[in-house]
Formats: sequence, C-alpha cells, structure tokens
Amino acid sequence: MKALLTATGCGLLFGVGLCVSGMTDPANIIAFLDVSGKWSPNLAGVMLGAIAVHASWLRLAARRGRATAESSLRPATAKRIDGALVGGAALFGIGWGMSGYCPGPAIVALGSGAPGTLVFVAAMVFGMMLREGTTWTTKRSGRHSTIPH
Amino acid sequence: MLLAIFGGILIGLSASLYWSRSGRIAGISGIVSSALSSRGHERWVSASFLLGLLAAGLCFALFSHRVPAPTVPLLPLAGAGLLVGFGTRMGGGCTSGHGVCGLSRLSARSLVAVLTFMLTAAITVFVVAHVLKIGTPS
Repeated sequence: MKALLTATGCGLLFGVGLCVSGMTDPANIIAFLDVSGKWSPNLAGVMLGAIAVHASWLRLAARRGRATAESSLRPATAKRIDGALVGGAALFGIGWGMSGYCPGPAIVALGSGAPGTLVFVAAMVFGMMLREGTTWTTKRSGRHSTIPH
Repeated sequence: MLLAIFGGILIGLSASLYWSRSGRIAGISGIVSSALSSRGHERWVSASFLLGLLAAGLCFALFSHRVPAPTVPLLPLAGAGLLVGFGTRMGGGCTSGHGVCGLSRLSARSLVAVLTFMLTAAITVFVVAHVLKIGTPS
C-alpha cells in the first residue's frame, strides 16, 4: 500500500511540474521545436531544472552508498546503441513534432477532457501495443514471477 | 522561464523520489507500458503513478482559467499518437525516460535518443509550419 501511495505522490509531483511549466500546452512545445519561428526556450529550462536536481540527487545517493535496497532497484537494462534506439526515437520525434505531445504531458492533459487529447492518448496506447504485442505475451508467461515482492 | 525551471525542479524531485523510494525510473512511456502489460504489484505501482499524473491534470483543469488543448485536427493527432506510442517503445523511452532520467545518469544511449528525437521533431515542425504552412505560425 505504501508503495502505491509513494508512486501516486511521485506522479502527482511530476504532473504538477508539467502543469506549472506550461508543458501540457502543445503550443509551448511547438514553440520550442520551431527554431526558425519565434523560438521559446521554456522546454530547455524545464529539462535543465529537472536534470540539475536529478543528476545531483543521484550523485549524492551514490556518495552515500545506498539510496534504497539494492534488491528493489529496477535500473535501465539496455546497453547497446542500435537501430531500434535511433529508429524508435526518430519516429517518436516525428509524432512529437506533429502534435506537441509526448507521453507525460498528454496523460496530464487528459484532465482537460479535450477530444484531441483523448484521441492522441488512445492512439499512443495502441501504438505501444502494436510494438510490444509479441514481447508482452512472453513477459506474461514467464518474467513476472521472478520479480521479488 | 522561471516557472519552467521551477516546474523542471519539481519533475527532477519526482524522478529522484521515485528512484530512491521505489527503485524505478520515472519514464512515462515505460510506466504506461508497464501499467498495461505487467502483472500484479508492478502493474499497480505504475497505475498509481499514472493516477497521480491524471489527478494533477484534473486539478489544473479545475483551477486554471485557460485550459490548453491541441489545435491539430483529430486525424493527424491520431497518427502522431501512433508514432509516439510505437516509437517510444521501440526506442525504449521518451522525453522523461531518456531526456530527464537518462541524461541525468550520463547515459550515451539516452543522449543519442534525445538528439535523434529533438532533430526529427524540429524537422517535422519546420515542414508543417513553414513548408506546408499548416496552422498558425508560432
């Protein structure tokens, strides 16, 4: 139960951060990406603020030796720079540029109830299922039982 | 700009707490995928994070005078959603997972991903706004 409350709190904090920085407004994202128009640096400010805090936190945690029980860590596992990484990022960028939405802000913006946001998120979930349909079935049949809890 | 940095600090705190308290990376595309596909506890943790995101959006919509909405027509929005969903799972992350979390841990993979999606996004916006001249120029 505590783990679920922690996750909800983190999600809430993340969402408030996206709202106050204006990142849930697609127009602000387009304004950052439009380098030949009236450029807005706001997205860079958000990234810098977030990375400054998170990078220092990780550095401090590493110096203290333990941030959390090692057995409960779920770090990024992929190591290679391959075609899937570059191709996937390229496709994501095209969709991001077309809409001004990446996954986080789109989900937060669902709260506004705009039909366009609903359509975007539904299509996004479908796109994820398209890509992961096959890997999910293997995950379900085997891997979940190995996660310790 | 100050609000943007302040918002970024909150996002950085969230990513830090999520890592320290539950050992997970606050990458939203990964969390959505996990809420859909994982089983048991893992799925509920991810769904709880998403619930927090939704709650923040709802509060903002209730108390804010101006609620932002996309200006793009529904069909291209659906196409964009497909690309974002498919692409983030293929590339293993989005603006939060690769951008905030990956760059914070100096991951070379994430740097390549961020440079790639920033480039294709900027090219897409350029083509849409200045070549096809769709929508109001920003």
